Amino acid sequence: MRVQNDQGIMIDLTGMNITMASGKGGTGKTTVAVNFAWLLASAGQRVQYLDCDVEEPNGHIFLKPSITESAPSKVMVPVVDQEKCTSCGECGLKCQFHAIVNLPGDTLIFPGLCHSCGLCSSVCPTGAITEGDREIGIIGKGSGTKRIDFIHGVLNVGEAMAVPLIKKVKNGRKDPYVHIIDAPPGTSCPVVATLKGSDAVIMVTEPTPFGLHDLKIAIDVARLLNIPTGVVINRDQGGYQPLSDYLEAAGIPILAVIPEDADIARHYSQGGIILESLPHYIDVYETLAANLEKLLDTHSVHAGRMRS
Amino acid sequence: MKEIVVVSGKGGTGKTSVVASLACLIDRKAMVDCDVDAANLALVLNPRIIEEKEFAAGKKARIINEKCTDCGICRDMCRFDAISEDFIIDPVSCEGCGACFFYCPASAVEFETPLAGHCYICDTPAGEPFVYAELLPGEENSGKLVTMVRTEARERAESMGLSRILIDGPPGIGCPVISSITGTSLALIVTEPTASGIHDLERIAQLARHFSLPAAVIINKSDINPACTESIEQYCNANNMPVLGRLPYEKAISEAQRQGKAVVEYAPDLPVSKALREISEQIISIYKE
Repeated sequence: MRVQNDQGIMIDLTGMNITMASGKGGTGKTTVAVNFAWLLASAGQRVQYLDCDVEEPNGHIFLKPSITESAPSKVMVPVVDQEKCTSCGECGLKCQFHAIVNLPGDTLIFPGLCHSCGLCSSVCPTGAITEGDREIGIIGKGSGTKRIDFIHGVLNVGEAMAVPLIKKVKNGRKDPYVHIIDAPPGTSCPVVATLKGSDAVIMVTEPTPFGLHDLKIAIDVARLLNIPTGVVINRDQGGYQPLSDYLEAAGIPILAVIPEDADIARHYSQGGIILESLPHYIDVYETLAANLEKLLDTHSVHAGRMRS
Repeated sequence: MKEIVVVSGKGGTGKTSVVASLACLIDRKAMVDCDVDAANLALVLNPRIIEEKEFAAGKKARIINEKCTDCGICRDMCRFDAISEDFIIDPVSCEGCGACFFYCPASAVEFETPLAGHCYICDTPAGEPFVYAELLPGEENSGKLVTMVRTEARERAESMGLSRILIDGPPGIGCPVISSITGTSLALIVTEPTASGIHDLERIAQLARHFSLPAAVIINKSDINPACTESIEQYCNANNMPVLGRLPYEKAISEAQRQGKAVVEYAPDLPVSKALREISEQIISIYKE
């Protein structure tokens, strides 16, 4: 299905989960994500923006949502009833995360290490361990520019458990919407948790040795999860051969190329939507949409879903 | 031992480019890349690997189909939805808690520590030790791998009688960053004058305070938004964080990167190189041997 916008005809992504990732930080992931969300919303699609970069969420700076709902996000942590505890040591022995230390007459819990698996309470022979909760961050919801539905997670400073907060952000997905998901940088657990269940991933890269090095690792992760992948080259200065060579050999399509432009850097630094101030870039994002459609079409399952 | 960690909150602020230049300007030190998700410092230091160590941490469960009786207890116990309808464990979802392993009545679960990455101990052309690591795609425990690279670097520095360690930190404020900054002498925060840059600076500054770590700031691309640079300076003054330098926006930095060099080597006469030299002198005077 296609929808009409001011500029012409565009792909309808309703129901899809499109994730922006990059491997390396600072390549322009959030810029591409907010501007792409803005373009789809301008074309009349119902867009939901999910900021999963919970360590440094920045989407709100550009989409300027009024946060109407803000709730602490909690994870389970064990609570020990020292009266019932016999210091048998079973919980500490079984805990794989070193979150429990058994001392004679005392069982200590290190909440920051706990993965909330619940094993300790199951193995406790005296029923001394119950499940309490601990706040790891905040989930904020609201509505931003162009009525883009907005959710982000803000991890508490000093908190190591990003993954449960990312899962909470993703659980806020609504239908029927296009879900634009902003991933954290890197390639480890928080990125994997963000990418899971994506219909496509748009890797935003910059044409430098650092960008290419990290892009390769990020593409390996997307492959591991079997997610169709395309690349947006940002801050292009007229081609970077090692990047083109790699993408060709890996069979990864280039979805769009955004030139190095001091005007973009200026509008970005002020927290603006590029397409609002520099409308001549709409073409670039429409190319991105068209090429994303081709990418999804080549993966038959997604194509089938899109037509339904 | 004086450990100086360069961090940024957000990625892409020029952290590694700054570290590469400081590496040329500060002598008698070991270097570490703690961005184990995406290590870039090796691309400009041109190191020679002298030793490779395997990194294994965290366990993963696997169901042996022949022994499985399809009772479903493992699936009931698993809080990470890692076990499929036909009893296959998704290694990406498995957090390695062992609930399935301990509760399987048929002992059909294997619980092993897989290889999660590699740690590389190197030597730079200047003869200084450099340690970095690579996590395998999608692996976890990056915080533990950070601890491993830091430990290796400390051992090398001690055995060579070096008293300084220069650390390239990972982006963010989460688990790997916490492992990178704990116990260091100074957090050198690289920021840039953008709306998101200020937001990220505040969060990383809070993290440094949380761990009672002295922090100083370098403002990169300081001329792209002078008003914003001004508010960063005010924020730093109000929070007792000295601004060690302002670097101008400089295209030659990415050109230097393409050539595998630090900007101070590639173009020593540029204003940006001069500013970096002044920053290195301040660091050397604060952390005299």
